[in-house]
Amino acid sequence: MSKNGPVALAYHMLFVTFMMAPILVVCWVAFTPEGFLSFPIDRWSLRWFYAIARYPEFISAFWRSVWLGALSSAIAVTVSVPAALAIARYRFPGREAMTALFMSPLMIPHVVLGIAFLRFFTEIGLGGTFTGLVLSHIVIVLPFALRLTLASAVGLDRAIEHAAVSLGATEWVVLKRITLPLVLPGLASGWALAFINSFDEVTMTVFIAAPGTETLPVRMFLYIQDNIDPLVTSVSACVIVITVAALILLDRAYGLERLLVGKGATHGR
Amino acid sequence: MRAAPYLMSLPALVLFGAVVVVPLVMTVLLSFHDWGQYKGIEPVFILKNWEEVLGDSYFHEMFGRTFRIAFFITLLTAIFGAPEAYILNRMKSPWRGIFLLVILGPLLISVVARTLGWALLFGGNSGLVNKALSGLGLISAPLPFMFTETGVIVALTHVLMPYMVLAVWASLQRLDPQVENAAVALGAGPFTVLRRIVLPQVMPGILSGAVIVFALAASAFATPAIIGGRRLKVASTLAYDEFLNTLNWPLGAAVAVLLLLALVAIVWSANRLVERRYAQVFS
Repeated sequence: MSKNGPVALAYHMLFVTFMMAPILVVCWVAFTPEGFLSFPIDRWSLRWFYAIARYPEFISAFWRSVWLGALSSAIAVTVSVPAALAIARYRFPGREAMTALFMSPLMIPHVVLGIAFLRFFTEIGLGGTFTGLVLSHIVIVLPFALRLTLASAVGLDRAIEHAAVSLGATEWVVLKRITLPLVLPGLASGWALAFINSFDEVTMTVFIAAPGTETLPVRMFLYIQDNIDPLVTSVSACVIVITVAALILLDRAYGLERLLVGKGATHGR
Repeated sequence: MRAAPYLMSLPALVLFGAVVVVPLVMTVLLSFHDWGQYKGIEPVFILKNWEEVLGDSYFHEMFGRTFRIAFFITLLTAIFGAPEAYILNRMKSPWRGIFLLVILGPLLISVVARTLGWALLFGGNSGLVNKALSGLGLISAPLPFMFTETGVIVALTHVLMPYMVLAVWASLQRLDPQVENAAVALGAGPFTVLRRIVLPQVMPGILSGAVIVFALAASAFATPAIIGGRRLKVASTLAYDEFLNTLNWPLGAAVAVLLLLALVAIVWSANRLVERRYAQVFS
């Protein structure tokens, strides 16, 4: 394969600078010692990181986001495993339509989903509740969970299951000892991708979260709407560091390229 | 046995029926209801909201802005993202993985945090972007970015860029490098190879990336809300205001349903066009 020329590399560096600049600037400004936003900063201080501890709404929103992401991703994966096996193994009327339905939260604008959930949950008495948040988040992260469980269900070698059956294993034993362990890596990465998407979701959640059930991105968004001060930059810097750490772990464990592009795009690794 | 796949999909089907289909139908119905300052929502069937959304010049301007912004963002991500994906694809092993992580990683970083970064970079007349531009001698007076369409376009281009790089990257993986080598061996210059060999083959990738970016740009919420502020409304921020400030839910529902319908129509016809034009590539 031919190499990139100097012009291409210069373009590449500019592009990387563009992609990194807003992320780095948030982390940088977060270390300001001043009581107001100043940039560039000349002295470094952890003042605004300590300040987070005095704002319990950020802390509680963080833990709510973690639990919400963990719970809704776990349920989404659990629900998508049998559906993925059905889609991967059977040809049945309505198969395409069903797959399209399960993938539809990717296509429907989140603002439309937010409005639909707000109306629906208010009508059935779940408005502003954690249960409502969980239900809505299951739906929006299910496509990610399904895509990865489907990829591992399609890649499954059925001869192994047939071998187990011919050796006298019951259907339940095959499922428990053969099928589930084989799709487990797909399930784990599906859960992780679902969790990250739930943890970052703001557009839909801002419609249905009430004071007391606000997630971290919603809390940050509403805070920025009022004013931008160093506190929200230090909270954002923490979120960025946590996400980057999760990203690197996920890349080591599964391969980011495979996670985002889909199966079969792993050459060159 | 024939019922097996349906039984296995039943939990997901019930969930989606109850939590996706029913709320969406309710939203469509809501857009036909009446609303008044004192009487609230009245469950009647009228066309008032639709007449207002389709007839009022305020809504025309706002939808025009939404799709204009989305168009420029799509264009910018295609122009700048496609070459980057190509350069990335030609990199050697460790660098390729590292820079792929650097460029696709922001996709998973909170959009609120990324937009905050742009708000800090734009930051009034003394913002870093303006300092850099005037330092390079490109501008004489500071450009306004906050609360302008330009600012929203720059920030959303950054937010959605990974989707374009991802789509073009995926189409580059299917490209046979031997075809490029054959063209070079037959005497084609690098520019001819790019134009006649690479570009036609990655075009479906660019187009499918463009469809994704356009749909996400036209329905983006957090970035236009923070950078555009209250003065610069797009469809999604207007629907948000109708729902949570004005409390005119039926009108907000009409705006949202119209946005959904417009996007479905645009994405569907774009996909049809791509499939027909590039049928031979896909089959």
